[in-house]
Amino acid sequence: MAIAKEKLLARRRDALSARLETLTLPEGGAWITEARKTALARLETMGLPTGRDEYWRFTKPESLNAAEPEPAAVFDHGEETPVFDAVERTRIVFVDGVFDAAQSDDLSVDGIEIERLEDAARADIHWAKDIYGAIETRGQTPVERPHAALNTAFATDGVLIRVTGKAEKPVSLIYQHKNETSDAFLHNVVRVEAGGELTLLENGPAAARFNKVLEVDIAAGGRLHHIRAQGRDHERRAVTGMFVRQDEDSLFKSFTLTVNGRLTRNEIYVDLEGPNASAHVAGAALGHGDFHHDDTVFIRHDAENCESRQVFKKVLQEGAIGTFQGKILVERGAQKTDGYQKSQSLLLDDGANFLAKPELEIYADDVACSHGSTSGAIDKDMLFYLRARGIDEKTAMDLLVIAFVAEAMEEVEDERFREELVERLEGWLLRRRG
Amino acid sequence: MLKIDNLHVKLEEEDKQILKGVTLEVPAGEVHAIMGPNGSGKSTLSYVLSGRDGYEVTEGSAMLGDIDLLELEPEERAAAGMFLAFQYPVEIPGVGNMTFLRTAVNAQRKARGQEEMSAADFLKFVRAKAKDLKIDADMLKRPVNVGFSGGEKKRNEILQMAMLEPKMCILDETDSGLDVDAMKLVSDGVNALRDENRGFLVITHYQRLLDHIVPDVVHIMAGGRIVKSGGPELALEVEKNGYADLMETA
Ligand SMILES: Nc1ncnc2c1ncn2[C@@H]1O[C@H](COP(=O)(O)OP(=O)(O)OP(=O)(O)O)[C@@H](O)[C@H]1O
Ligand SMILES: [Mg+2]
Repeated sequence: MAIAKEKLLARRRDALSARLETLTLPEGGAWITEARKTALARLETMGLPTGRDEYWRFTKPESLNAAEPEPAAVFDHGEETPVFDAVERTRIVFVDGVFDAAQSDDLSVDGIEIERLEDAARADIHWAKDIYGAIETRGQTPVERPHAALNTAFATDGVLIRVTGKAEKPVSLIYQHKNETSDAFLHNVVRVEAGGELTLLENGPAAARFNKVLEVDIAAGGRLHHIRAQGRDHERRAVTGMFVRQDEDSLFKSFTLTVNGRLTRNEIYVDLEGPNASAHVAGAALGHGDFHHDDTVFIRHDAENCESRQVFKKVLQEGAIGTFQGKILVERGAQKTDGYQKSQSLLLDDGANFLAKPELEIYADDVACSHGSTSGAIDKDMLFYLRARGIDEKTAMDLLVIAFVAEAMEEVEDERFREELVERLEGWLLRRRG
Repeated sequence: MLKIDNLHVKLEEEDKQILKGVTLEVPAGEVHAIMGPNGSGKSTLSYVLSGRDGYEVTEGSAMLGDIDLLELEPEERAAAGMFLAFQYPVEIPGVGNMTFLRTAVNAQRKARGQEEMSAADFLKFVRAKAKDLKIDADMLKRPVNVGFSGGEKKRNEILQMAMLEPKMCILDETDSGLDVDAMKLVSDGVNALRDENRGFLVITHYQRLLDHIVPDVVHIMAGGRIVKSGGPELALEVEKNGYADLMETA
């Protein structure tokens, strides 16, 4: 056993040294240098994941680990406008992982402080000092997430957002992919101060290979709504980590829509530290063919009376693979925990595959937790009912697909965004029919 | 209008013959009722006519005017004017009733070469029809049939029929589970659609419905066949004596 462990660790370290060959620790920065060095040291003890790792059984890490990314063609959106385009918002644009001032709005906004990571890193004292890499570090136990540590060590761009009041309009992170061989790291940090509220939008494919970390710290009574549409580029790969810490009475709601993409691994780690906090994380992923989508979610209840909800839906066909690994951990003192987890897949043909690993680990006695994972085909009776009313088979199927993901979409509180995402999805389904 | 000739149907998956030579004609403008014991094949007939999977027609034909129904996909049959009010309307979580109705109405208009209805026109249209059937706004907003009571589901079927204005309407036990008032609403809905260009096939177990929707012909189905046809008085006879006598004479 011990030998096997040693062997595994040796393999991971080999994978890491191969990766580090093309990377150098970024120069410059005051407080951040320390965070980067620590991250690298942490990374060196764990190495990069291998297919043998418990949480990498369903998803092959090799293409995410490799020193060079596989090229990914840039997707032509034609006439179609990007998602959220019509929304009044503060736009922050990154092209292949690099901030683009020309396309971005003025970053001075009432009620929020927004800075580029690069600028903030040069300051001697900064509010982000205690957050950058710190929430990510907490998220490394009990399950290691080496790509996130890699990100903390090597990311040079990203934004730091501090929300001191109710933000008037959403902040929108827009990721554009223009270079077929781009390999991007972005590290964003959001601190919502007591009573603050923000809607954070993210959209776009970002790069041929994208490694992104978002660290979120929500103080008492703070609220963060996060809505993300991952880019449609067919060949892109991405590993993203969202690390969240919540104080009492805070709210975090996150929804992710994913269509296309050769490989997407979305990791979410939420720490409910203060009582009466609420975290909802949801996702809808739709793909066909060379599509692999992985949601790996970990929610830790460490205070009384908190609520968490995970709703993940996947629609798969023609060999597409969807995976879900989700855990609710309820610590000893976290009485009156209300934890809910649901992961479902709709398999549109025999070639698609869904792998799920739902877990509950509970050390408190007065809790209500449930989880359920299902996988099924289109309901024939529903399909016939729709067709008997004159709706053609493909339209009827699309209606049922939208209906299937509806429960996840419901987690988008703001109707404007929910309706836009549904429309986008309808459009995508329509185009896919050809 | 609807002409079924010597229709034989078996289950696709197993060797079970369900319809064993059904012959039936509903001329335009007429209402025909089908009564018959449980399991005699009434619903199967309605499913086969509307194109549900799982059945195999081994002999016979079914024509709507000069259209061979059995050649068409379910949606094509609907566009050609077939409508089935389901014995068990299907619940579809996640699909709003309104979205469903609009998609259906527009799909059929499109198939018939008509323009799609604007959102505003559609809203007016659906509200007017829903009001007649005492279907409130809440039921229109909810997912299709989800959480509807038995009677609400049946009224929702009739709402769809009223909106789609089909040529040939098959009602499979639409009266089951209806209270007295709902029965009246549903019957009024059906009677409002009765005209010389439209045919009805009303499947029921109860003579009561036929007081409201007075049929031209009543058929008795048993063992996958029509064993007897007659006027409305046949329904009274069934009510009084059951099916045993009728089946013996067949
Ligand atoms: N998919 C199926 N699999 C197995 N048996 C079936 C199937 N569909 C119909 N049958 C059988 O065929 C026969 C006719 O069923 P059908 O539903 O048409 O009867 P019905 O006349 O509508 O009865 P009821 O008055 O109870 O509604 C029954 O014996 C039923 O069990
Ligand atoms: Mg029946």
